Amino acid sequence: MNKADENSKIDLEALRRKDKHAFAQLVNQNSDNIYRLGMKMLGNPQDAEDILQETFIKAFDNIDRFEGRSKVSTWLYRIAVNEALMLLRKRKDNLTEIDAELETKNGDLLPRQIVDWCCLPEKELVSNESRKRINAAIQTLSDANRAAFLLRDVEGLSTKETADVLDISESAVKVRLMRARLQLREELTNFFADKMVRESL
Amino acid sequence: MKHSHDLDCKDLLSQMNDYIDGDLDETLCSEIEAHIKTCQHCQIIVDTLKKTITLCREEGREVNLPPDARQRLFEKLNLPENDD
Repeated sequence: MNKADENSKIDLEALRRKDKHAFAQLVNQNSDNIYRLGMKMLGNPQDAEDILQETFIKAFDNIDRFEGRSKVSTWLYRIAVNEALMLLRKRKDNLTEIDAELETKNGDLLPRQIVDWCCLPEKELVSNESRKRINAAIQTLSDANRAAFLLRDVEGLSTKETADVLDISESAVKVRLMRARLQLREELTNFFADKMVRESL
Repeated sequence: MKHSHDLDCKDLLSQMNDYIDGDLDETLCSEIEAHIKTCQHCQIIVDTLKKTITLCREEGREVNLPPDARQRLFEKLNLPENDD
């Protein structure tokens, strides 16, 4: 059972009374997840730490608004994603057109590279060079597609929970997830196919 | 690419997410598996897509909150640090 699944044990009444021990428990059980999401959304530790702090400050201030219909971890993800997207928007204020262009380019992503790189030895697939490339590939996704991918495939939320966090329909989650997965597959195929060629020389 | 059965590569691509996530009904799932057996391209796409998801998930989950950042968080929130 991961830490986020343990949230059912959290005393919501105590949180609403602003009980510091209950809140410390909430932070302990969710801080790794929120930090991880921030790292992968923003790509650097400083911004991830800012998102982490802002998320729990907002959660503490707004706990009265949490109705308990979703898991508290889902509610925290929602605050964190909104904070991350706001920060990303601020960064890109003058680049809106470029972002829109990328979204269109990635919108209809058909598989182009057909190379079976699954046969590479595990140590090649998880080498430092490969891990760098995997992280870089995640950062090439549009913000919207990256958020859907991280929540669904890395954090393990259901399609319904991801839709609740992002405030979009389940079918919109599926579209974003498919685009993200196909784009990542394409990026990793480019990398691993090159690696196979280099190693065969 | 079209094969002896009804499902083609384009159909497979549109169902790929649900197939990988195990969200398809048994009939459609069997049709996809029958297609994959005879279509090497689709087999490679499915295999590399699954592997991509696994690698990204493993890499993503490597990240944990550093102890000093955790300490700063508790200080910022003015919370007792040893509760769990």
